[in-house]
Order: sequence, then C-alpha cells, then structure tokens
Amino acid sequence: MLNVSDLACSRGERRLFANVGFSLAPGEWLHVQGENGAGKTSLMRLLVGLSPADAGTILWRNEPTPSAEFRRDMIYLGHHAAVKEDLTPLENLRLAAALDGIELDEHASMAALIRLGLRGREELPVRVLSAGQKRRVLLARLLTRPAVLWVLDEAFNALDVSAVKLLGELIGEHLAVGGMAVLTSHQPLPVPGGKALML
Amino acid sequence: MNSFLATVRRDLLLAMRRKSEVLTAVFFFVIVTSLFPLGIGPEPALLRKIAPGILWVAALLATLLGLPRLFAADHVDGTLEQMALSPSPLGLLVAGKILAHWLLCGLPLVLLAPVLGVQFDLDASALGILMLALLLGTPLLSLIGAIGAALTLGVRGGGVLLALLVLPLYIPALIFGAGAVEAHIAGLGAGGHLSLLAAMLALAVFFAPWATTAALRVALE
Repeated sequence: MLNVSDLACSRGERRLFANVGFSLAPGEWLHVQGENGAGKTSLMRLLVGLSPADAGTILWRNEPTPSAEFRRDMIYLGHHAAVKEDLTPLENLRLAAALDGIELDEHASMAALIRLGLRGREELPVRVLSAGQKRRVLLARLLTRPAVLWVLDEAFNALDVSAVKLLGELIGEHLAVGGMAVLTSHQPLPVPGGKALML
Repeated sequence: MNSFLATVRRDLLLAMRRKSEVLTAVFFFVIVTSLFPLGIGPEPALLRKIAPGILWVAALLATLLGLPRLFAADHVDGTLEQMALSPSPLGLLVAGKILAHWLLCGLPLVLLAPVLGVQFDLDASALGILMLALLLGTPLLSLIGAIGAALTLGVRGGGVLLALLVLPLYIPALIFGAGAVEAHIAGLGAGGHLSLLAAMLALAVFFAPWATTAALRVALE
C-alpha cells in the first residue's frame, strides 16, 4: 500500500538522510528512530507531502503522492497543537471535521472526547486545558476522521501514563482493522510488532 | 463547497471569541477619517474634494491592519498545516478565509462609509456611489492582501514588508474607487470607474485564492 524508496532530504547544505526506503502493508506499522536532528520530523513532512523530497518516490496504492486519494486516506498529527485555543474541544473537533468535508454529529464527537478522557472538559475553552489535555483533544481526531494511514510525529509527548497506554490501544485497534501507522518517538512504544527505521 | 462554508463559519466564530482584534481595524477607519475634517476645518468645498481620497486611503490602511492576522494564527498553531493536508482543496479553504476576512474587515467599512462621509459634506447620491465603490473595492483589497499575507508568512518583521508589498498593488483600486466618487461629484457619471473596479474584482476572485494557495504551500515547506 505504502512504498517509499530512495528518499533523500537535505536542509541547506547538510544532507539529513539519503536512500531511505520502506514499505507498509495493511496492519503494519513503522517506528522511525534517530537522534535529535537526525531528520525524523523532516521525513514525516516529506512523507505527508508538506515539503518536497530531494530525490526518491513515495507511492500510495501504486500512485505517486500527494494524490487526492492519499489526502483522504491519511491523517498527520505533528508537533503543533493544531487546536484553536479560543474554541472548546467539541467545537475544535467538529470544525476540523467540517474543514475536511466530514459532517460530524455531536454524539460521535462526544464519544471520541470521552474515550480520550475529556469528559466534563468538552465545553471549556482549550486555552484553560493543560498541555497533555490539549494533546488529547488533537488525538481525538484519530477517532473522528476515517483514515487508513496514521502519521504521528512525537504523538506520545506530553501524555501521562494512562494516555500513553490509551494511544497504544488506539493504534493497536487501528492496525487490527487493516490500518497502517508511521510513528516517531524516543521512548519504547506500547504497540507490539512493527518495523523499525533508524535514521 | 461545505468545507468552504465551514471555513467561513470557523473564522467568524474565532473572531467573535476575540472581538478586540476585529474592532481595532474598524475603529482605526473611523478615527482616521474623522481626524481630517477636524484638522482641516469647516470648509465644505475643500472637504468634498478630498473626501473620496481620504475615505479610500483610510479603508486601504484599515484593511492592511487586519492582514497579518489572516494566516499567522493558523500558521503558528499548526492548523494551517492540517488545512494543507485536508482532503478538501486548500484553495477552497483559503477562499473561505478570505471571505471571512472581508466580512470582518471590509464589510463594516462599507456600512460605516456613508456615516463618515457626512463629515465631508457629501450628498446622498455621492454617498451611494461611495458605498458601491467600496462594496466592489474592499473585497479586492482583501483578495490582493491575502497574496501578500501568504508571501510574508513567517517572515520576521513581516508586517512592514507586507505593507511595502501590498500597498503598491492597491493603487489601481484606489484610483478607480476614489475616481468613481469624484467623477460622480463632477457630474461625469461613475459607471466606467465602477465597471473597471468590478472587472478587477472578477479577475482577483479567480486568481488571488490560487496565488495565495501557492504562496502558502511554499511557506509551509
């Protein structure tokens, strides 16, 4: 489904990585590892199509990315909070879905927020939530946006023990139904199996 | 189309949560246009003559005041990235943001212009032409400004650069917008000026979201 070959990336004069290749089939996930500054985030941004690669190809369902189909099948959660501080978690979730062209009813959004442990916080402005809770609001999008490929950059940052476990479960469930995931993290991930890519 | 309307709704909702940001541009417009009659003194003939130019320049600067915020907040918190990766075309979302910007920063100027025009002793028909010219002109200012805002996104001191970049591009709108009111007062008819303004608007509606989208993609790299 996802085939990446000979990917190269440089920042200015410095070559970050070259000849990076991997492939993922339904139910598989990839753990991208490397030191600080090794280019993990750059690889993720190349992969989702936010920045162009120096060389190499990325194929999704045998089509070069970024295609419209890839955008529909993929969800990327990066370092940024990507939530609006002035809106409530509920509004954030529903408006993010609406921008993606998905009509999300209140029931489904509430179910996602409750799963992420935000019961009772859904009507508060995100501004007053803690860093970990903001992160949970963002992660709720994994449940409301149907996507095959999850690209999560440092998704486990700022999360407490129970949230790390929960995200591990979510990824496990996603893989069990034929989903795929690409993750970066410095800590061992609570998801069994998986390929590893060292940058 | 749904995602276009969703973007408009989202930006209006965000503006309602932070009213002060919207009101500054409107108050700026009111104050600047009120300073001129106070400074120049009660000379109706002179005031009538300078009114179109003053009102248009003030509208131009008021629009400029709101432009740096058009994409900056979404860029900083990462929602712009999410928009760029959304299944909806980015151009559609950008068009929605520009429309929301006009509704918040342009439309209030159109509605306030006749009230402020009275200070310059403009008669009712001239005020009508002024409103019409601003109705065609302010969306044009928002559309052109969005290109500049996207090009200067993330640049340090981008606000000043944005002004230097966008103000020269506003000159045609200023000339024909102010010219429409002047021509009407001189009894020449404003039709030609307004048609040209409408033609520029049609062109900008087509090209500006596209150019803005291209600039945003570069800024996100």
